[in-house]
Amino acid sequence: MGRYVARRLLQMIPVFLGTTFLVFMMVYSLPGDPIKAMFGDHAADPATVAHLKHQYHLDMPWWQHYPLYVWQLLHGDLGQTFGGVDVSQVLSQAFPVTIRLALLAFVIEIVVGLGLGLLAGLRRGKVADKLVLVFTLLVISVPVFVIGYICSTVFGITLAWTTPTVQDSNNLGQLLLPAFVLASLSLAYVARLTRTSLVENVRADYMRTAMAKGLPRRRIIVNHLLRNSLIPVVTFLGTDLGALMGGAIVTEGIFNVQGVGNALYRAIRASEGPTVVGIVSVLVIVYLISSLLVDLLYAVLDPRIRYA
Amino acid sequence: MRGATQAKWAMAAAAVALAATACGGNAGSGSGSGSNAAVDPKGTFSYQSSEPQNPLQPANAMEVGGGRIIQSIFKGLVDYDPATGKIRNQVADSITTKDSKTWTVKLKSGWTFHNGEPVTAHSFVDSWNWSANVKNNQINSFWFSDIKGYSDVHPDKGDPKSDTMSGLKVLDDHTFTIELSAPVSYYEYKLGYSAFSPLPKAFFTDPKKYGQQPIGDGPYKFVKWEHNKGVTVAAYDKYAGVDKPKNGGVFFKVEATGEAAYQELLSNTLDVMDLVPASALATYKTDLGSRAVDQPQGAIQAISFAMYNKDWQGKDKNLVRQGLSMAIDRDTITKTVLQGSRQPADSWVPPGVAGYKAGSCGDACKYDPAKAKELIKQGGGVPGNKITILYNADGSHKEWVDAVCNSIRQATGVDCTGDPKPDFKTARDIITQKKATSLMRSGWVQDYPLNANFLKDIYVSGADANDGGYSSPEFDKLAHAADKATSIDETVALYQQAEAQLAKDMPSIPLWYYKSTTGYSTSVQNVKYDSFGNPVFTQVEVKKK
Amino acid sequence: MPDVIEKEAAVPGSASAPATAPAKAGKPRSLWSDAWRDLRRNPFFVVSAALILLLVVITLWPSLFTSVGPRDADLQHHYLGAADYGHVFGADWFGYDGQGRSIYARVLYGARASVIVGLCVTAFVTVLGGLLGMLAGYFGGWLDTLVSRLTDIFFGIPLLLGCLVVLNAFTHRTVWTVVLALGALGWTQMARVMRGSVVTVKEADYVTAAKALGAGTTRILLRHILPNAIAPVIVVATIALGGYISTEATLSYLGIGLQDPTVSWGIDISSAQNVIRTAPHVLFFPAGMLSITVLAFIMLGDAVRDALDPKLR
Repeated sequence: MGRYVARRLLQMIPVFLGTTFLVFMMVYSLPGDPIKAMFGDHAADPATVAHLKHQYHLDMPWWQHYPLYVWQLLHGDLGQTFGGVDVSQVLSQAFPVTIRLALLAFVIEIVVGLGLGLLAGLRRGKVADKLVLVFTLLVISVPVFVIGYICSTVFGITLAWTTPTVQDSNNLGQLLLPAFVLASLSLAYVARLTRTSLVENVRADYMRTAMAKGLPRRRIIVNHLLRNSLIPVVTFLGTDLGALMGGAIVTEGIFNVQGVGNALYRAIRASEGPTVVGIVSVLVIVYLISSLLVDLLYAVLDPRIRYA
Repeated sequence: MRGATQAKWAMAAAAVALAATACGGNAGSGSGSGSNAAVDPKGTFSYQSSEPQNPLQPANAMEVGGGRIIQSIFKGLVDYDPATGKIRNQVADSITTKDSKTWTVKLKSGWTFHNGEPVTAHSFVDSWNWSANVKNNQINSFWFSDIKGYSDVHPDKGDPKSDTMSGLKVLDDHTFTIELSAPVSYYEYKLGYSAFSPLPKAFFTDPKKYGQQPIGDGPYKFVKWEHNKGVTVAAYDKYAGVDKPKNGGVFFKVEATGEAAYQELLSNTLDVMDLVPASALATYKTDLGSRAVDQPQGAIQAISFAMYNKDWQGKDKNLVRQGLSMAIDRDTITKTVLQGSRQPADSWVPPGVAGYKAGSCGDACKYDPAKAKELIKQGGGVPGNKITILYNADGSHKEWVDAVCNSIRQATGVDCTGDPKPDFKTARDIITQKKATSLMRSGWVQDYPLNANFLKDIYVSGADANDGGYSSPEFDKLAHAADKATSIDETVALYQQAEAQLAKDMPSIPLWYYKSTTGYSTSVQNVKYDSFGNPVFTQVEVKKK
Repeated sequence: MPDVIEKEAAVPGSASAPATAPAKAGKPRSLWSDAWRDLRRNPFFVVSAALILLLVVITLWPSLFTSVGPRDADLQHHYLGAADYGHVFGADWFGYDGQGRSIYARVLYGARASVIVGLCVTAFVTVLGGLLGMLAGYFGGWLDTLVSRLTDIFFGIPLLLGCLVVLNAFTHRTVWTVVLALGALGWTQMARVMRGSVVTVKEADYVTAAKALGAGTTRILLRHILPNAIAPVIVVATIALGGYISTEATLSYLGIGLQDPTVSWGIDISSAQNVIRTAPHVLFFPAGMLSITVLAFIMLGDAVRDALDPKLR
């Protein structure tokens, strides 16, 4: 177990380097000159451009810049945005907001998604099952920005239950609506996965054995059925936490949440290499750790799985 | 001069940013709600803004987020009257010249920075020298390029030879002279741009710290900057300008999208809007009633031909260009697709700008499908019978580009498609490298309300913003003469003659003028907008709660 | 935006059954012909297959259903809905969009791009990701480590950035560049699903039995592992198919999707978001078609999965 965790932690190093390198390269390959674009519609002044490029190390080829970037990173220097703000400052402002939003969405996803999945799976073929199918289908087939606008208009203006956009990005109550929108797609996945998994496991031999032993229904469902059915759901949830944090570009934009998605969008649009790589690095770490935790959870859920 | 304003950059670069609004002085009318509610002179209000991309220094704000804040914190020698658009003195007592080359500036006394330091001739000269210096990496340093000795502090390569421009001379605390390297008859108009603001001594000791906590001489003093949330400014009680604030301060609130901001306006959590988003144009007048604002702006949308491409050269190709212009049904497009947010153009200079001449585009800007076909045929047709219009997809241009193309296609049979590039910088890269082959979007927002800004900066041979590569000896001659003129009236008249040459050559097709389509919440009144599309912050009255 | 794609992806280890279920005694008929017999009797399958067939016909020959072109614009019809002119038949029964184009014609012609994007990306992702995932899961070792770490690396790339890079590599964006971009970023997710599924299945008794009987690797993979491990892949693939179609819409929303003269539901949905309040019909019809398409594929996926699962027999 200890060795397994150590090995996985070691493997994070190449993944981390690989991701930062790839993302770094991609930002470099984006078309357009971010420094010249700062000048708007008029021609960029060559002397100022040259000075600014030198300041941001954009005058060196990527194979010199990347090692320099990693070297600075190891010394805790994440670089600066084109506006002269430290990237570490950008991260420390955006992540707390996004973590709140993502956790809220995560809880909604678990509670509602699992609930719907259980309902559909245990009542397979009944009306409840069909309703859940229709609901998940709708959510999956309508693009998130459409759901976002509709929710913002309906709950924020027509019903006026809340403000159409978030006023204070640190206020949990205000984050509720965007969290629901953000969670909607994952929620549909969780519901469908749970249902599929339940339906398969209901027919498993151990279920028949448990029933034959005359165990109470409640115990069968919780101890045998759920425990075995949750593995795929847990895997999904584990990887989804990372996705929720990095993947809120559209939702954060619609609801004016000043989190990671917004910062990432701006940085990509401005070809701001250090900011993009900085954000992605943190996301990758979050993701790697949560996927490690998921793998460890397997062992808890499925006694047959052992890590040597 | 070279002139993109904050506006164009914002329209371009900001995330999901909507269309143009400029940065600048004041001027304008606007619908007051006419309410009689009691006014709270200490009341503050919020305004739709975006996160400043650079430290708050006057010569470094090219985008709209920082630009507007800087304009509320700083006041330069002159500004533009919000009601008439005419230039008026602020810190300057007088600006005079005999030859349009050497200008003498006398300052009023009594102006102070927010830290109490008096504003003197040194505050201006030191500020300009610092901002022009290539070592200081100021985006707006090119604004000083008219001044003699600019190349000493801002050489194309290498380190500056000097720290000061030889053209700037301080005579006493309240007088200095500006010598230009060539005559510019309307130089005082340029001085209204925020890059020409004065700076206090505190700035030079630690510019970096200052950029986070600026100290200016304008109607508002800086209070705090909460990153990605907003910037707060408060009325400065010792402000010496003619436009004393009628409110207690402004909160420049960061809004991710126009849609989000509009929703907040409807629920009264945002007070003053920058620009109504496209999604609300159809409904905003009903939604807001008398609080909706719809008035002209000093900005124009056009599409330019890639004149450097052989396809568009040749004696009669101007007929083809005129024909294409006549194939665009401007009236219907502005009414439907643009939902009344633009006004059809009949010249290259928008109304409200000194020197606007109605109808200078002539018949070429009137929709006439039959004549359009005929002219195109006469001029030898469009090469390949196919054109594309290059634009940036991040600036909500798609709808109108599609409509213009549909109009051209159906009127003339020329196949026309939009050619969207993902973002502003990508589109600019292609345009500045002269790699566009057919047509390209070319909007222009005034830097100062004078026709020279819309003509010289875009159509003189080799001008920085001459994206299409248009070059006409006749036009150049008139522009050159205009710059040497000794009065503004003469300058304006000569530029009007130059504009007539554009109508003949048709290097670009004027489409429509921008309008400020915006609004405000029920907590404020007397909200007016200037021709730059900015609200006149100082005039806003906050109602007592 | 990543919330679409990344989630699609991230699906799971093993939706398939725990390894305890022993393989039913193999009847002489093959698994596939059994499945086909089941399918024909399943009403869900019949309905969804009919819908998909209709879609394919629309995709191939949209002009069979309308004589109006998708780019014929008349601004006199700007945002007119059926209610504005009273009659509801012909080319204008769905109303008109902002450019005055018939929404009916655009929905028909838009099917092509959307269906191609959905089908091709799913096929690309399932074949490439499925194959690599299966090999990684079955053989383990360095191959497994490589594939797993690759999927980790790809996970970190924001969809927006990835699509910008891929789409910018081409001067003109067509359906195929969008397919390439979504496929290049999406395959790792399917690999992950397949790998997780194979890992559980390969320990099963029937695999051990097959090995003991001397079956070749190819035979084990195709006959024993694949049918038992494919269920979660099919579930994810059918859901993802709809997701890819709506991701195409999101790309258009972000300004990096398909472009004129291509007609697609995604383009129309994204331009309709401006008028949700004033002209809802502009959003309703393309979004409705999208939903029906997704519904058809999910129902098909469910039916196929049930038919393929030996345990449900």
